[in-house]
Amino acid sequence: MNNIKTLNMLPVGQSTNVKKVLSRGDIRRRLRDIGLIEGTKVSCLQISPPGDPTAYLIRGAVIALRCEDSSNIIIE
Amino acid sequence: MAKPKTNLHQSNLFAVHKKDNEAVIALAGNPNVGKSTVFNMLTGKNQHTGNWAGKTVGMAYGRCGYAGKKYIITDLPGTYSLMTHSKEEEVSRDFLCFSGCDAVIAVCDATCLERNLNLVIQICEITKKVVVCINLMDEAAKKGIEIDTERLEKMLGVKVIAVSAAQGKCGDIIMSAAADVIARKASEFNIVEYDDKTEYVTELVSKALNDDMTVSRRYAALRIIEDKTGNTAGTSRLIREYAEAHAGSIEFLNDRIQAAAEFLAENNISQSDTEDLVTEAILHTAEKICKECVSFKNDNYNECDRRIDRIITSRRFGIPIMILMLGIILYITIIGANYPSEFLSRHLFALEEPLYNMLSYISVPEHICDMTVYGVYRVLAWVVSVMLPPMAIFFPLFTILEDVGFLPRVAFNLDKYFKKVCACGKQSLTMCMGFGCNSVGIIGCRIIDSPRERLIAMITNSFVPCNGKFPALITLISVFFVFSDNRIAAALQSSVIITMIILGGIAVTLAASLLLSKTVLKGIPSSFTLELPPYRKPQFAKVIIRSILERTIFVLARAVIVSLPAGLIIWILSNCGSGGVSFLKYMTDFLDPFAVIMGLDGVILAAFILGLPANEIILPLILMAYLANSNLTDISDLSLIRNILSDNGWTIKTAVCTIAFYMMHWPCSTACISAYKETKSIKQTFAVFALPTLFGICVCMLLNFVLGIFI
Repeated sequence: MNNIKTLNMLPVGQSTNVKKVLSRGDIRRRLRDIGLIEGTKVSCLQISPPGDPTAYLIRGAVIALRCEDSSNIIIE
Repeated sequence: MAKPKTNLHQSNLFAVHKKDNEAVIALAGNPNVGKSTVFNMLTGKNQHTGNWAGKTVGMAYGRCGYAGKKYIITDLPGTYSLMTHSKEEEVSRDFLCFSGCDAVIAVCDATCLERNLNLVIQICEITKKVVVCINLMDEAAKKGIEIDTERLEKMLGVKVIAVSAAQGKCGDIIMSAAADVIARKASEFNIVEYDDKTEYVTELVSKALNDDMTVSRRYAALRIIEDKTGNTAGTSRLIREYAEAHAGSIEFLNDRIQAAAEFLAENNISQSDTEDLVTEAILHTAEKICKECVSFKNDNYNECDRRIDRIITSRRFGIPIMILMLGIILYITIIGANYPSEFLSRHLFALEEPLYNMLSYISVPEHICDMTVYGVYRVLAWVVSVMLPPMAIFFPLFTILEDVGFLPRVAFNLDKYFKKVCACGKQSLTMCMGFGCNSVGIIGCRIIDSPRERLIAMITNSFVPCNGKFPALITLISVFFVFSDNRIAAALQSSVIITMIILGGIAVTLAASLLLSKTVLKGIPSSFTLELPPYRKPQFAKVIIRSILERTIFVLARAVIVSLPAGLIIWILSNCGSGGVSFLKYMTDFLDPFAVIMGLDGVILAAFILGLPANEIILPLILMAYLANSNLTDISDLSLIRNILSDNGWTIKTAVCTIAFYMMHWPCSTACISAYKETKSIKQTFAVFALPTLFGICVCMLLNFVLGIFI
């Protein structure tokens, strides 16, 4: 099961599709609000200077996520 | 439109003071799409706008007339969706559902239509009285994005218009579309097709509802099903009550709801499944519509923004650039304020004597002349000459940074530090707002969802110097720490020192947040998402003219209102007394022992206490109090501030401690009132007042002790 990849592992400049959102509760809803569901295309744009959070391009908008949250999103 | 029979309207959320012939139009949309710009254009009001999500936190009302009819425009807080349960979303959703507004203008960002459509579709599910107003068409055109509005109109089944609100002149287009929608009968058109099972239960329940509701039957039915499946959020329950009041027969409705729940249970569809299915269907619809209506000439349309971001948030340059930016702004403020400051002080203080002569000429009693001129007028003159110019320069510069979209990048760069101290990354946004005004910063804390993190942000907000503290810091620093005769070199030196002080303030913010999270406000950092909006060209001329005028008038008005009583009090205190000792002397003697431990003196502490209504009067009050004991009359030269202060025993240590206490004491009374309005809790307001003060006292004592060893 070591080959499961989560969003925080996506290198800068690469894109992928979301496979599953494991987050629960408020953050899950908030991710849905910004359109992040299964199958959504996500690109990793930029890591902030101290190394966290990371900015992603999601449905045309740039959204920063903390690594705690992006590690709950499984990607292809 | 039918009046609901329940008491929903009594909730003061929807207290639109509507006259008989007025129609209500709601402005809804994602955060940061220009709702406030549209609002200002329609109503001629001056809601502040800024390029970050959550700038407008409350609801704003305004009136406007079009083609002989009157309208009330309501600016709803920006939301990404109406599904979640944050306060803003609930406010927006409840307003759209129950206020009985006559039309909704859904404002969208043309450069990011797909994400915006998610909300638009949800609004269209509630009501069909919608005008979709696609804003920022000029920005989209620049990026090579084309939108087929006719096709979009067909697919959404509601009116669609395209505008560029920042350039103005499109108010009539918007209002005529809205008036048209109000006049026409709403269409019955379903944009979203849910999966068969959801459609089936929706149909089942909606058949039991009357169509005289302010919410579409389909929407009400869907929410009731969500509620039945266990999701008991506020609005769903309100809809349930509302629907019951509008159902032909409650028994029939309840039967249908029961049947729907049983059907879902039989098919093993849980509450979160229904919610997921519904949101997914909406997102997929938005995706589909966008694919057909939006075309990108250039796939890398955001390349320019990305390039800027790669520099501003780069590992190597990100934080230095932010500090440099702060330094540059301070430098411009200091150098720019020099000349007007000198000019104002020379002329205002020169007026003292003619004013006095004039008053005595019209035979005003001597002590009233004294009181008016050397009390009230002098404080006013200090505030206007020393405080006003830096405030009037700093504010527009700050507004420009805000308009460009720089602040969210600051939050992005600093988030990790805030996470480390268990606070919200958005706290850096509210901290930035604090530079403008702590009261605004405290109100801005609404964008933080977790109550714990919100309170931390409020308590620590006054650790960044607000606009009213800057000028005093600048003055003290140039008096005590800058010895260059060259104007430019001196300004450069003081801006470097102030930048360092502000960095110190940020460090204190982090330290205080950590201390609070580990003691009284324990908790783990909550998850958050932060949007980095596209950069926008600020409307330089508009910002500068408006904020200088507005800010100047605001500061002047506040200076007059606050200086009048403060000047009066300090004059009375210093000129009246018993046994040949003035009350001011009594007061300062009383405060002195305590103040000395903090490295201050009684006068300074008394000025801080009397300066509670506004930080900008503290330094003038200190000077006034010192002058009251001397017969120095010519104070038209600013360099005399140094003499006044050192004559009264100020050393470098006093200056350092005063600056430290300036940075860390109670927020002004306006900010405290805002804190009370936000928290509705005397205990929390007291924390906002007392904790920074406690910090300040401790730091001053420490500084006094440490510096005492060296000096």
